[in-house]
Amino acid sequence: MGYFELIIACIFVNNILLAQFLGQCPFMGTSKKMETAVGMAMAVIFVLVMAGTITWLIYTYVLVEFNLVYLRTIAFIVVIASLVQFVEMFLKKSIPALYAGLGIFLPLITTNCAVMGVCVLNIDKEYTFLQSLVASLFYAIGFGLALILFAGLRERILLARVPKPLQDTSIALITAGMISLSFFAFQGMV
Amino acid sequence: MPKTIVQEFTKGLWEEVPPFKLVLGLCPVLGVTTSMENGLGMGIATTFVLFGSNFLVSLLRSIIPQKVRIACFIIIIASFVTIVELLMQAYAYPLYLKLGVFIPLIVVNCIVLGRAEAFAYKNKVSYSIADGLGIGIGFTMSLGALGAVRELLGNGSVTLWGDMSYNLLSTFPSYQPFSFMVQAPGAFICLGLMLCLINAVGD
Repeated sequence: MGYFELIIACIFVNNILLAQFLGQCPFMGTSKKMETAVGMAMAVIFVLVMAGTITWLIYTYVLVEFNLVYLRTIAFIVVIASLVQFVEMFLKKSIPALYAGLGIFLPLITTNCAVMGVCVLNIDKEYTFLQSLVASLFYAIGFGLALILFAGLRERILLARVPKPLQDTSIALITAGMISLSFFAFQGMV
Repeated sequence: MPKTIVQEFTKGLWEEVPPFKLVLGLCPVLGVTTSMENGLGMGIATTFVLFGSNFLVSLLRSIIPQKVRIACFIIIIASFVTIVELLMQAYAYPLYLKLGVFIPLIVVNCIVLGRAEAFAYKNKVSYSIADGLGIGIGFTMSLGALGAVRELLGNGSVTLWGDMSYNLLSTFPSYQPFSFMVQAPGAFICLGLMLCLINAVGD
């Protein structure tokens, strides 16, 4: 598969939120306001690229090498959790402006299954190093795109009169279904 | 008022049933419920992890230091997830392949971490086990129900057990299977409508 197809597949066809259903908690949780959605999208792009490449390196050069593949789940979650912690400390010291922007979203990323999910998918699909890097970056961009689109719609829904049982999460899920339907149209592209 | 063990168990079945009352852990709810069997399999795997992690976290709650508790919880949960992964590879390989990436992702399921943090870290072992099992069984029922609805509407039939299945066409001969329901957008819309129904009934 060429890189162009890979990029289209990662952003649209296999969109991490709308087609693979990973990272639903931040999708529902941080999409009520545009500002928080943008913050979360940036934080995910930042962490996912690093996590995707580092876990690939660890899997290939440590776990496979020493025949420890069964430790994958534990190894990955430890890597992701410490990476998030490290990034947080690093940003706080060196780029305070970016830290202030991402701030509260960084710790949340540890339990964002989109990050863990992409790391596992990169391994399951047997991507090379460069493919993993590209896939991680563009899955993250797809995540940001869907999250920001969704946040825009949810801000509009706030102004509408929604029947009581449908309020909040229920109408949000149905809206997400509609966006998912439009992304579904990309299915034939790759 | 302190609750009894039975109350801690039963609250997971309706009062706080995930994902309807406790909107957490939506990824597997949406991702694996294309059929009832997948939904129940995922639910049982999650229940096992919840039971194990609640038990161990509660047992070790006086040893785990406050400051690094989240990291400790994650390691405990990851260990149980690895056990489930290996067990499923040995005894339920076809199901393991179908659930795919969602089995390792139980590690980052907010329900499991949420119960460890909100309940097991503060309560006795017996209560924590009751809580874990209750929430787990509630989650399994929700996944099973959502899977059954989607499979029934999407394929026109639902596999109950082994070769036993119920075919909607036998009751309504003119029913047209609505394959949208077993695909991605159907997951969101079906869950949204079920949530709406539960809210309406709850009121």
